[in-house]
Amino acid sequence: MTKNAIISVKDLKKNYGEFQAVKGISFDVYEGEIFGLLGPNGAGKTTTLEIIETLREKSSGSVTLAGMDISKNGNAIKQMIGVQLQAAGYYPSLTLVELIKLFSGLYDIETDAMKMLRSVGLEDKAKAKYKELSGGQKQRFSIATTLINKPTIIFLDEPTTGLDPQARRNLWDLIRTIRDNGATVVITTHYMDEAEQLCDRVAVMEAGEIIALDTPDAMIDKLIASGFERKKEVKKANLEDVFLSLTGQEWRDE
Amino acid sequence: MPREYSQFRAMFAIARASFRSITRSPSAVVFTLVFPLIFILVFGFLGGSSIKLNIALSTNSDIKNPIYCGMIFNPTISLQQALSDEEQQKLLLKGNLDAIINIRKVVLDSAWTYKVDLITTLSSKEKGVIAKSILEHLIDKANLKAAHIDQPMAELVPLVVKGREYKTIDFILPGQLGFSLLSTGVFGTAFVFFNLRQTLVIKRFFATPIKKPFIVLGEAMSRLVFALLGAAFIIGIGHFAFGFTLIHGLATFFSMLGLSALGLIVFMGFGFVVSGIAKSESTIPPLANIITLPQFLLSGTFFGIENFPSWLQPICKILPLTYLNEAMRKIAFEGAGFSEIAFPVGVILLWGIIVYAAAVRLFRWE
Repeated sequence: MTKNAIISVKDLKKNYGEFQAVKGISFDVYEGEIFGLLGPNGAGKTTTLEIIETLREKSSGSVTLAGMDISKNGNAIKQMIGVQLQAAGYYPSLTLVELIKLFSGLYDIETDAMKMLRSVGLEDKAKAKYKELSGGQKQRFSIATTLINKPTIIFLDEPTTGLDPQARRNLWDLIRTIRDNGATVVITTHYMDEAEQLCDRVAVMEAGEIIALDTPDAMIDKLIASGFERKKEVKKANLEDVFLSLTGQEWRDE
Repeated sequence: MPREYSQFRAMFAIARASFRSITRSPSAVVFTLVFPLIFILVFGFLGGSSIKLNIALSTNSDIKNPIYCGMIFNPTISLQQALSDEEQQKLLLKGNLDAIINIRKVVLDSAWTYKVDLITTLSSKEKGVIAKSILEHLIDKANLKAAHIDQPMAELVPLVVKGREYKTIDFILPGQLGFSLLSTGVFGTAFVFFNLRQTLVIKRFFATPIKKPFIVLGEAMSRLVFALLGAAFIIGIGHFAFGFTLIHGLATFFSMLGLSALGLIVFMGFGFVVSGIAKSESTIPPLANIITLPQFLLSGTFFGIENFPSWLQPICKILPLTYLNEAMRKIAFEGAGFSEIAFPVGVILLWGIIVYAAAVRLFRWE
């Protein structure tokens, strides 16, 4: 399988006054993969993502999506991407169906709102208002709005932050399904287990720079090859596995 | 084959969603409809009553005389006869009574005459004057009769020309309508754009292909439609329940709606300015009140600006709501054409230019 770069970032820089939030990073995202941007809070993940999403101006460098330059083809790019923001809001008093209709209008396409909600397991919440949803449901709904325009690339900014283990796993399944349906997914997270289980490749960001970029397996192998050993022998299960086996993994209305 | 992306269809999607959002927001409904209707109800029932004089008859007054009879049959006088002299004095001083009358029969040699004592108060000055002239008239009539004069030297021939009756509602309703537009325009717009920014709704919109001006237009359009429906409702209630004068019927109604739209658009400009300079949600109400409250009081909403002292007049004559109210009253009651309201409309437009010039500089997207 040839790897086709659908996103290409070259020497991207972003300054806020004196402060350099992104210090000349370069990377490619391949078509059909789940690409993870990892790093601690404040590493520049969200800034990088928002520049690629055309929501923020870059200071210098170049970014192309499917061959289109972000600074020239903003609107064409917006039509082919789906964007989930870290903390987006919606009209709080509208129902989910009404909000899906709103976003269909914003993308100027026809959508089957119920089918859309079904795909994220929220069909029984169709008449509920956004403000009445739980944290996990809000995230699922937020992802549903990114799928409306059948995007080729989907950006998810810390989609599982603040969710309980069941909700996180449900969201991972949802994200894999989206990838399996042919979309490329770019995700930011600061959970390493999430990156390890979900991402095909990850870039680790620190203070505005990419300090590593590879598949999670290769990164781990490289570390072990360098002679690293965990202080404690790992058991075949961890506490999260215990929690999940005790409480079940099914989707629930939190 | 996907169709060409349309900014207008996207704008209508926002307008629809925003309209639903407004109709579900209690504060919008209260400010646009409930407040103005309460004022109209209060003034609607208050207005229209004619002058009534509360006059007490002293307990030792003579009552077998034509002056007393004349007072009983006078529709303007409400005669209080169940009060003690002491109570009468107290009520008079408080202004609850307009006058106390004592009719005395005075015998002079073989003849007799009536002396009518009239006590009025400064607490009710105007009505005291009216009471005096009514009594003078009654006394004159009695004197003519006593002198057997059937053909008086002069006689008043009153003639009331049946003009258009200017009712309280004709004054109050345009003022309330103007105020409703002002508060919807300023408060509504300021809160909505501040909140959309704060809750990142607007940022989520930016991630879709709609362009920024169309987001604003969509939001503005929903507010305009909502406010015009509110205006139609207020005019309708005023007309059918309180006899608000629509001089040319439907044509006047639509002229008023057109003027409402103009007023609202200008007032929304203030809202944009407020949302731009407000640092937090709690600074919006004071800022918005600085704009709305003086206009509420000084723009002829409740009483004509000519009632204000002369040093306040120049301020009254700057405020845009003054001109909206003026134009609205001219259209509704006088049936003024466009040329007659060109001046007030021109002032409103001038305000529009000033406010939007400021709004463009101060409005913030993030």
